[in-house]
Order: sequence, then C-alpha cells, then structure tokens
Amino acid sequence: MFLGITSAGWLQLVLYMAALTALAVPLGGYVARVLSGQRNWLSPVFTRVEGLIYAMGDVRPDQDMTWKDYAAAVILFSFGGFILLFGLLLTQGVLPLNPQHLPNLTPDLAFNTAVSFVTNTNWQSYAGETTLSYFSQMVGLTVQNFVSAAVGIAVLAALIRGLTGQTTDKLGNFWVDLVRINLYILLPLALIVAVALSSQGVIQTFASYVTAHTLEGASQTIAVGPVASQEAIKMLGTNGGGFFNTNSAHPFENPTPLSNLIEMLSILLIPAALCFTFGKMIGDRRQGIAIFAAMTLVFVPLTAACIGLEQAGNPHLVAAGADTAPNMEGPATAQAGGNMEGKDTRFGIANSAIWATATTAASNGSVNAMHDSFTPLGGLIPMILMQFGEVIYGGVGSGLYGMLVFVILTVFIAGLMVGRTPEYLGKKIGAFEIKMASMAVLLPCALVLICTAVAVLTPWGQAGIYNPGAQGFSEVLYAFTSAANNNGSAFAGLSANTPFYNSLLGLCMLFGRFFVLLPVLAIAGSLAAKRTVPASAGTLPTHTPLFVVFLIGVIVLVGVLTYAPALVLGPVIEHLNLIKG
Amino acid sequence: MSAPSQTHKTDFRLAVLQAIQRLDPRYQARNPVMFLVWVGSIITTLILAIMLAVPGTVIGGGQPVWFVGLIAFWLWFTVLFANFAESLAEGRGKAQADSLKMARRDVEARKLDKSGKLTTVAASTLRKGDTVRVEAGDIVPADGQVIEGIASVDESAITGESAPVIRESGGDRDAVTGGTRVLSDWVIVRVTADPGESFLDKMIGLVESAKRQKTPNEIALSILLAALTLVFLMACATLLPFSLFSVAKAGSGTVISITVLIALLVCLIPTTIGGLLSAIGISGMQRLIKANVIATSGRAVEAAGDVNVLLLDKTGTITFGNRQAVEFFPAPNVSLQQLAEAAELSSLADETPEGRSIVALARGQYGLPERSAADLKAEFIPFSAEQRVSGIVINERHILKGAGDAIAGLINLKGGLVPAEVTTVVEDIAKKGGTPLMVAEGPKVLGVIYLKDIVKPDIKVRLAELRKMGIKSVMITGDNPLTAAAIASEAGVDDFVAEATPETKLRYIRKMQEGGEMVAMVGDGTNDAPALAQSDVAVAMNSGTQAAKEAGNMVDLDSDPTKLIEIVEIGKQLLMTRGALTTFSISNDLAKYFAIIPAAFATTYPALGVLNVMGLSSPQSAILSAVIFNALIIIALIPLALKGVKYRAESASHMLTRHALIYGLGGIVAPFIGIKLIDMGLTVVGLV
Repeated sequence: MFLGITSAGWLQLVLYMAALTALAVPLGGYVARVLSGQRNWLSPVFTRVEGLIYAMGDVRPDQDMTWKDYAAAVILFSFGGFILLFGLLLTQGVLPLNPQHLPNLTPDLAFNTAVSFVTNTNWQSYAGETTLSYFSQMVGLTVQNFVSAAVGIAVLAALIRGLTGQTTDKLGNFWVDLVRINLYILLPLALIVAVALSSQGVIQTFASYVTAHTLEGASQTIAVGPVASQEAIKMLGTNGGGFFNTNSAHPFENPTPLSNLIEMLSILLIPAALCFTFGKMIGDRRQGIAIFAAMTLVFVPLTAACIGLEQAGNPHLVAAGADTAPNMEGPATAQAGGNMEGKDTRFGIANSAIWATATTAASNGSVNAMHDSFTPLGGLIPMILMQFGEVIYGGVGSGLYGMLVFVILTVFIAGLMVGRTPEYLGKKIGAFEIKMASMAVLLPCALVLICTAVAVLTPWGQAGIYNPGAQGFSEVLYAFTSAANNNGSAFAGLSANTPFYNSLLGLCMLFGRFFVLLPVLAIAGSLAAKRTVPASAGTLPTHTPLFVVFLIGVIVLVGVLTYAPALVLGPVIEHLNLIKG
Repeated sequence: MSAPSQTHKTDFRLAVLQAIQRLDPRYQARNPVMFLVWVGSIITTLILAIMLAVPGTVIGGGQPVWFVGLIAFWLWFTVLFANFAESLAEGRGKAQADSLKMARRDVEARKLDKSGKLTTVAASTLRKGDTVRVEAGDIVPADGQVIEGIASVDESAITGESAPVIRESGGDRDAVTGGTRVLSDWVIVRVTADPGESFLDKMIGLVESAKRQKTPNEIALSILLAALTLVFLMACATLLPFSLFSVAKAGSGTVISITVLIALLVCLIPTTIGGLLSAIGISGMQRLIKANVIATSGRAVEAAGDVNVLLLDKTGTITFGNRQAVEFFPAPNVSLQQLAEAAELSSLADETPEGRSIVALARGQYGLPERSAADLKAEFIPFSAEQRVSGIVINERHILKGAGDAIAGLINLKGGLVPAEVTTVVEDIAKKGGTPLMVAEGPKVLGVIYLKDIVKPDIKVRLAELRKMGIKSVMITGDNPLTAAAIASEAGVDDFVAEATPETKLRYIRKMQEGGEMVAMVGDGTNDAPALAQSDVAVAMNSGTQAAKEAGNMVDLDSDPTKLIEIVEIGKQLLMTRGALTTFSISNDLAKYFAIIPAAFATTYPALGVLNVMGLSSPQSAILSAVIFNALIIIALIPLALKGVKYRAESASHMLTRHALIYGLGGIVAPFIGIKLIDMGLTVVGLV
C-alpha cells in the first residue's frame, strides 16, 4: 500500500512496464532493419510494392539527401498534406461518405484541425461524431495519422544517420524513409492492433448513426462509424485524435479492460522501441538502453505518484464521511475508492492514471478519463510530462529526437566537467549544435508561456475559461502546453473552439513541430560532416547510470525551472487551497 | 615571470576602478547575461527614483522604498562583482604586459638595401622581407630570421631567462625576436613579421586580453547561457500577466511588483557562470603564460584539453638528454679492474656527460682514486667525427674508446682482433636499447662500457596518469626500432616512432587524425614545421627556428619538451572550471525559487507559505536574501574561477561523479544554507 496505491494498482503498473519492454525490444530491432534499408521478414511481401511506389513517384531510392534537401522534402510533404486536409475539411459537405450530412468546417476550425493532424498533435477543438464525416475521418485524418507519425520517425532516422555518418553531408532519402516506415512498420502494426481491437468490440462500419428508443420512449442517436481502423493508428502513431469526442473513454473506441491494455501499450510501444532501434543503428546498444532507462526512470515514479494521488482522492469527501477507501471484497461492496470523478468504472484508478501519464509522456493525447477531474497534483503530472518537452518516450520519432537534443545539452555541460570539449558518440558538440539544440528546447517553452499570457490577458482568451481561479488558469496552461509540445490531449473545461483559440493553438502546434524538427535536422547535417573521435578513458561515457541521472537532472531542471512559477499559480496553489480547506 | 607581490594591492585597486568603468552599456552588451542584470539595475533604480519623487506610486507595486532601494543596490553590485572578477583576472597579467610593452618601444634599425648600403630607419617602418643589421648593444627591431652571422642575444625581456642564447644563421637557432638585445657580435636578419603582428605584439595582446577573442567552446557555452537566460526572461515576464489574472480571479492580494520580478529574474539567470566566464578564460590563458607558454590562439588551449595523442621526443622528455655508463663488461682474460681503469683514463679529458659518467662509474664502483687529467702529463686524443674514437696516450699506453665498429677497424689495422665474446656483448647491449662503447689498449680489446639511456624517474608515473585520462603517449626517436622498443617499454609509452624523420612524423600524425584523434606535439627545427602545422596542438620551442614557431600554435619560452603534459592539464582545467561553474549556477536556481515564489505571491495566495521551506522571516527578507546570495556567490567563486578547478589525473567517469556531487548536488544544497544565513543576518541587523 506504498503511496496509498493498492496492490492491484502496483501490479498493473509493473505488468504494463514489463509488457511494454518485452514488446519494445524486438520491435526496436525490426525497425532498425527497416530504417537501415536491410531485408526483413516483410520484404518478400512489400519489396515489389515499394519499388512500384518509387517508380510512380519518380523517386530514386539510392539518392541520398543533404540535411537541407531532407528538410525541404519534409516541409513540402507536410505542407502538401496540410493543404489537402484543410481543403477537404472545408468542403466535406459535398464530399462522399457523409451519411449524417455534416456541414463544412469553419475556416478557423479547419485550419486548427489540419495543422493538428499534420503536426502529429491531434488536438481536437471539435467533437468528432457531430463535426466530421466518415470521409474526413478516414481519408483526411487517418491518412495523416499514418504519415505524420512516419515523418517523425524519418527525421529521427536522419538524426541517427547524422550521428553515425563520417564526414558526409548525406542523411538518407526522405521519400524512401516515408514509404518504408509506412509500409513495413505502421501499416502492419496498425492491422494487428485493429484486428485485436475489433475482437474486443471496437466497431467498424460505414452505416449511418443508429437511433435507439429508450424505455422512457425518448429517442437517442447513437453515433457509429469506421472506428477500429482509425483507433489502431491513433494509438500507435502517438496521434490521439479520437473518433468520438470522449476519445478512448467511449465504449465503441475502448470497450473492455483488454482493449484498454492493448491501447495503452500501443501508446508507448513505438516510442519505446525506437530507443532500442537507436542503440542498434549506432552500433552500441548500451546507448539506447541508457536513454530508455532515463525515460522509464522519469515515467514510472510520476505514474506511481499519479496513481497514488488519485487513489488518495479528495480530503473534503473523506471529511464529509464518504467512504473513499478501495474495497475489493465482493461485487456488492467493491469500489475503486479515491477520486473516481471523470473516470470510467471499466478502467478504475490505476488504468486511468497510467493512461493519463502514458498519453502525456508520449505525445499521444488520447484520453480514457477526464484530466480536468483529476486531483490538482494528479493533474499536474500529465502537464509536467508534456512540459518536459515530450521527451519521456514522446511522440513517435519526435520523442527520441527531442530526447537526443536534451542529451546534447547534457553532454555539453557534463562533458566540460571532465575537461574535454563536449562530444556525443564521438561527435564534437560545437556552437552550431548548441544553438540549434537551444532553439529546439526554447521555442516550445516560449510558445506555452507567451500564448498562455496572451490568453489570460485578453478578453477572447478569458471568454473560453469556464472554471474560476487557479483551475481556470491550469486549463489554459494545459491547452497551450499540449499544443506547443504536439501532445493534443486536453484538460477539458476550456471552450477552445473559437477563432482565437483555434488560431493561436494552431500556430503553437505548427511552430512547436517544425521549429524543433528543423533544428534537429540541422544538427544531423552538422554532425554528419564531422569525424568520429574514438572513445578513451578520457571520454565522457554516456551509457552509465551516472549519465542517466545527469540527463534526467537536466530534463527535470529545465522543465521545472521554466514552468515552476506557472505551475505554482495553477495546480500547486489549487492543491494547497484544497488541503487547507 | 610572476608579478612582484607589492603590485597586488595596486592590482586590486585597479580592478575596482575598472569594474566601475565597465558599467558602460557598450561594454556590458558583450555579455547578454550580465547585460540583463545591468538593465534590471537601471529599471529598479528608476522605480526607486519615481517612488521617491511620487510617494505611493503604482509602479512601486506596494513595496516599501527601502526594499526597492536595497534590491537596486544589490543588483548594481552583482554587475560590479562580475566586472571586478574580469578586471582582477586581467590585472594579473598586466605587469607582464607592461614589461613586454617596454620591450616594444620604437627603436632605430639599420636597414640594409640591395646595394648593401645601411640606412637608419625607425623599426616601425620595417616590413616583411626587409633585411637589417643588428650589432652588439642593439635591440632587435623586429622578428626575423638570421641569414648571416652569429651573436649572443639576451632574450630575458620575453622569456624571463637572463642567460644569453646564441643565434646564428643556417641552423635550428636562426630565429630572433623583436625586443631582445644583441650582446655580442653582429647578425644580419631578414624581417619576418610586419609591425603589429610580431610575436611580442601577439603576446601583449594575449596577456592584456583586450583583444581576447572568445574561443569556440566559450562561444558555444555563451549561446547556451543566452538561451537559458531567454527561458527565464520569459518565465518571469509572463508571470506578470499570470499574476494579474490570478489576482483578478482570486479577488484578493496584489499583483507581483516589477521589482520582485526583476529580482527573481536576476536570481534565476545564470549570473554566476555568466559573470565569471571571461575571468575563467583569461586566467586559463594566464596559467599558461605563468608556465611560460605563449599560445597564439585561445582555440589551441581548448584543443589541449581534448588531446588524446601526445607525441613526445625521447630525448629530454622521456630520457635525460644524455646516456650514462652503468656497467663494464671485460673481454676474456681481462680483469674488471683493468677495464675500469682503462675506461676511466680514456675518459678523463672527455667533458661530455657520457665521459663524465664513465669516470664516475669507475671511481664509484671500482674504488679508483681521484686524479685529474692535468696531473698525468698525458696526451689526449679528442673525439673526431672522422675516427669516431677518443682516448689518451699516457706512458706509451694508447687507450681508445669508441663505437664498436670504429674500434674494431682501428685495431684491425694494428693487427688485433675483436674476441667473439665481446661482439656478443656489444649486440646484447644494443638489443637492450643501450649504447655499447668498446675500450682498447693498443691492438687489444679490453672490454665494453654499457651506456644507457636513463629514463626520467617521474616520467613513467606521468605517462600512467595520462593513460588514466585516456591520453596515448607516443615516443618519437631517431633510434633504431630495437633500441626504441626497449626504451618505450621501460618508460611505459603506448607507442613509438623509431628512426623518425619529418616525413614519418607527419605521416603518423595524419594517420592518427584520420582516426579522429587530436594530436599534440613539440618541435623546434625547421624540419618539424610540417608536422607542427599538422598537429592540433603544436608547441614550438622558443630556442627553435622561426619556421617552427610560425607552424606551431604555442611557443614554450623555457624550451622544455616536458611542458606539453602541463599544457594539456591547463587546457583540461579550463574546460572543467567552465563546466563546474555552469552546473553550480543552474543548480542554484532551485533554492531561489523556494525563496522567491512564496514571497512573491504571499498576498495573493498565502497558502504558498508552505513552500517557504527555509522559514525565511518575511517576503521582503526572502527576496533580498536570494538577491544578496546571488551577488555574493560571484565574489565567493572568484578564487575558484582564477585558480581553476583542482585537476586530478583520473578517468572521465570518476571525474564526472566527483564534480557532479560537488557542483551539482552542492549547487542545489549550498543556496538553501546561504540564503537562510543571510536571512538570519538581515533579521538580526533588524533590517527586515
């Protein structure tokens, strides 16, 4: 009962981490083969398709790109995707597969939604079932769920090639990476998960919404749709944009405890696996393990704390005589105890809290409980996980490349302390890398703080805030934290579907994605051009527990120091007021 | 060359004066971190002025006048302390710069034109390629190469070494430096540096550090610090709207005042490292100068920290420059006593270190009496390059010693033979890395003297230390591979290059660099220049040629090849100090948050009082204590910045552990204690 967590709670956390690690290690090895262009067990199936795609797209797979070409291709592709999706959402009324005859989106909502899915954020200012046609969901959003995730992995691949390259300016071919990642990694995994979820009752239909008649004689519209196909990639690609407004709390998206487990594992699966991919590709598995360890050592304590805080519940209810103790005695008296507000009884406290931390540690953003209803400190944990810069596992690809930016900063400070100019994996870290790394860390922080300030200061921003005081502040802070770090989860409680929030959050997502991604590619280019210095006893080892601790220290310190004043004015003061009574 | 101690006080006063002069915004703008503090000082001072003029003004944010005044006061001191650190660091090199400047004074030069006519011109009009004649008593007007003549030169103005040195044309000692004085004879010098670019100018520039350019790593660190500063600037600036919103929603309390925001900002931005960064760089350079090494670029000093291959000359670095006799091996039918006596006699007049060591060994180990060459009325045969033997003729005895083949040739002429046993001994000694000298009397071989290269007693330990730090040592020698291998294993070097020529050295360096290694080497001759130019850290001996000095990026005024190890240590120390103070500076912020945040929002959210873990007596005292701590820590760390973090030879992981504990963990804990103590002090004084 340590931390007030039930033994069942501990068991679920431990099993979750064990299952995650067990799946991530082999997947990581497989992804490394795919990214290195090696043959793998899916090659017999896809090699011809792959060749066909290159032929159609006039891609010469052996033509490697410089970092600038690579970046240009990423921008071109993302911008094209944005225009396509933006246009589609503006015109969905006349497009097919719209049995509910849902109208076109307003321009600000279309902008926000298009940016959101292209940047792998999946912030949703809308309610899916009352806003988007099946066509928009499938052809628009699901396509971006795949390709925006692939872009993240591709940029990571380019960075790894930069780290391993020897005095070269070549980082691989973006189009090849894009095709291979989709074909060999995302599609097969999504297929497996979609089938597994269907078996649990996640629906998949093109039929129009069902009208049910209740016992009272009232009629009720039940939204349905092609959910399973979107659900799988939504979880796997750290997208998080739900088919329904209530996301994975909806029984058609997430019907059973087993579907819940599959979805939770899918959230962190690829980001965790990429650590091992990294280790394999740079030829030193220990480096990958060290990064995985750093992520896990931040994730597990925070998750345990979140479970504990939710299990502890609200002191006022206890004082009022409510029984908030967990009880597993029998069906009649069984209850989860703690703070169950906004949580589904199918999942209980542990699975809601693990989901909340996993979805914010990774930049997934899907929810199976309402974060707004968490206790103040319980809600602070998902927020701080995003504020760490989405590097605790993080988004697919983007999490690890963001983490490597922090590694570069850590190596810089720690490296100096051992009396050498800093280096990582034998590559010297100079002024250019530090400039780019600083930009990548600085920009999301700036976006969150400045936009939150604008929102709480202007009438348009204040108009969306429903809750009073510190809680209202937390909601705004959470929204911009989520957008600028490309998470996409919402605290809820904020009315964000207004031109003001749609535009500002849209810009946050856009800048938060590309002004991290571009510096990372620039770093990759600069590192590739350098020679690798062989390791010696004088080299700072970056796989040791000490380095892992140092790395965690830097991430936590940067996150906490940047956001401490804001957090104090939000969740912390709310918590203090709560316990004070 | 260190400054006399009585100048210490003037240094200090000068530094204080300069600290105040440097409040000039144009100067401050060079350092973004301290510039922000400077701006903060201006703003708080303005607020104070307005508060004094208009009591109860809204700009004061409800803070008492004395509080704003004290904050402004301490912010100014934060800037001053940082200026002071820099000035103090510079001041230490000032005495040296002054004496160097004396040497630079404009002198007259006798310029030689093409027809051979001498005209007197000012030294400052000399250009590269001109030739001048310098005679006894003259000051050398410019850097140059001796093309004719030989002279003894007093170089003490630059090296601090008062013994004169010989400079002559056509050898490895042809470089003369402007500002040195010719003591005897004359030389004709071809000028190799335009005015303003001479060695002396470079030295003065380095020592004065006014022209100091930021080194690559320093630039990178400055960028990181600027980025951190920006983050904190945003965190603090946005706190005003957040506070406005919170007050409006909470319906109680007052909005955070500008003064407190600035105080928080100054405490959070990395002022400790920002204020000391240039002092660290300057004093690193000065440690080098103190070791009598002049680096022509700061980049080279940083590179010295990165070096992982050291090319060391065998002679003078690994071994003493000369070989010593360690054992006698008599030929068959010759007694040891006989051989020892003959060896001693043959070497009596031999004033070389080898000769003296033979005499010493004979007397020490075989009890021969003291006698001098003069007493013996003997005739000496001096060493000649042709015969390659030396010896003595005494009472009709012809005793000779020399290399095996030379002696063998001579006794063959006299009808003698070298016994097979002696030949074996000669080969054995050569195999062990020693030098065998054969001794013969008339046609008879008496035996062999074993001359050994004596490895310096402390070198093995130092090389082992280098290895611990991951630095590979490579011995460069002209010896044959057999001899080289023997000495290499005795000294414990990791690798050696035998029969080294300028080409093999260059090839070796290139090969290492292709593998990503950073190579350091020492050289003095013109033929070393290509290898020096190729090396990452290239130390030229001051006694060496102009070509070598130009190819290198450092000059060792002591001409001591062992200095390379010291240079590496200084480079490492410089980087370590930067890293340590950066870590310390950032770690400090945690405690400052705990001090300031509860204080800043005390009126809006009194519940935040639980975060006041230090139990600071009042909001004003808390903020003031943090600001004072932040300023004083700069002063407290000046000695560390100037002296550098203590250097120990150990592996990187050990070093990281130790430094992470001291400067990371220590950096987190120290301000909690410091701020609390200052708060207690303020309370006792009754200020708050």
